[in-house]
Amino acid sequence: MANPTLEPPGTVPKDAAPQSKPPLIQALRSIFSKGEDPDEARTVARRRRFVMAAVLGTLSVNLLMFLRFFFPRALYEPKTKFTIGYPTDFGFGVDTKFQKDHRIWVVRNTEGIFVISAICTHLGCTPDWKPSENKFKCPCHGSGYDPEGINFEGPAPRPMDRAHVELDPQGQILVDLSHLYSWPKGERSQFGDDGAILRNV
Amino acid sequence: MAETNGHNGTPPAATPSAGDGNGSGNGGNRVAKVLAGAKAVQARATEELKETIKAPEKTDVWKSILRVKHDETPRSRALGVLSNVFLHLHPAKINRDAVAYNYTWGMGGMTFYVYITLVFTGTLLMFYYHPSKVVAFRDILYLESDVPFGKLLRNMHRWGAHLMVIMVELHMFRVFLTGSYKKPREFNWVVGVLLLVLTLLLSFTGYLLPDDQLGFWAVTVGTNMARATPLLGNQGPFGAQLGMTPYNDVRFGLLGGSIVDSNALLRAYIWHCVAIPIIASAFMVVHFWRVRKDGGISGPAPMMLESEIKEVRKV
Repeated sequence: MANPTLEPPGTVPKDAAPQSKPPLIQALRSIFSKGEDPDEARTVARRRRFVMAAVLGTLSVNLLMFLRFFFPRALYEPKTKFTIGYPTDFGFGVDTKFQKDHRIWVVRNTEGIFVISAICTHLGCTPDWKPSENKFKCPCHGSGYDPEGINFEGPAPRPMDRAHVELDPQGQILVDLSHLYSWPKGERSQFGDDGAILRNV
Repeated sequence: MAETNGHNGTPPAATPSAGDGNGSGNGGNRVAKVLAGAKAVQARATEELKETIKAPEKTDVWKSILRVKHDETPRSRALGVLSNVFLHLHPAKINRDAVAYNYTWGMGGMTFYVYITLVFTGTLLMFYYHPSKVVAFRDILYLESDVPFGKLLRNMHRWGAHLMVIMVELHMFRVFLTGSYKKPREFNWVVGVLLLVLTLLLSFTGYLLPDDQLGFWAVTVGTNMARATPLLGNQGPFGAQLGMTPYNDVRFGLLGGSIVDSNALLRAYIWHCVAIPIIASAFMVVHFWRVRKDGGISGPAPMMLESEIKEVRKV
């Protein structure tokens, strides 16, 4: 097939018009067969199509490889499962001593002990615990949460998530940050589920 | 080569002496020949050096670099622009009304100038910056306090970055106000929008590099927004249905992990210093080339002085 963008308009052969692109299979067959196609223009068209398909195929496979390259199979990120000590270590109220190492707060209220993931539900900053105001306040956009992590001001859409907690055989609290309990707006609260809170400890 | 002075050619005196010396065994004769040859070469070299100093524009080297003989004629000046790699995108002649500063504000050119400044200062900053946690912020402090002119370079880079964003937007504003996005310049408007996006991406990736609290939380917030990307984000529309999780979505691709950590710093560094500048430069080349191909800087209808009017056509 004459490519009008490659050749000056005058050189388009008259017999080129009725020919359309041959299908790829046919192109491949004619390239690898020994018999010669008497129609040279058609042969050239097939070859061009084959080369184009090869180039585009290589490029698209390379693009997929390029994209996949950015997603490694293994990550070396901080552990999401760890122990934080015995239930008796934690008094009533908010405990911030694991904020720096594990980005969590341990809270004991009248019901029991639970662990808040210290990630603002607005855009993921770490709120500050303000003991004098008895609330969490996010420095990024001003979301406010009560001591149980329930949002009451600012742009946060829902309370902060809570991590799965259980007692290990030694009686220590085992926290699993990969298993979160949340309370999306207008939906059922998961905060009372098994594992969201340690009762009677 | 016919009209050159023969500066690059082998001096004829040197050739026969080397050729004869190989075969014969006559020692004294050979030394004399070599000495005579050397003397001839020296004389020739001195002669040529004098000619080169007297008229450097006649040497082959000069001609091979500049290619065009330069006279003080409009044609020669135009050729000087056209045959120069750095100026060839620039039209040889420009409509006088189109370059009035109160019309163009010179914003496109100034943006490019700021970009060049940023590439230069950024390259210098790279000599002292390690893109890894803990070290990155220490390098910033080191640059500010211990590297001569480090603080100046860092501030030039930082303020230049702010300025570039402002200038790109003012440039866009001017193009909009003057209607310069209209036919035949629609394509170049789109290229310009892509360049605006690339400028903002350069700013965003550069934000994390000092690894300070400001940059860290800005990137935390920015990449959390990327969670809500349609189709590609784990919290975006149709994201969950397409199998997006925090470990395979677009945010993960940006950060190289599920949290803003050392991988994120390295990725931001490479996008900021290598990939986006190359992409932006390629688009800039297209942008400038299209400005010229679309008829130069858009401007008011060409205005002529009375003295320039050659013939009056009756309508």
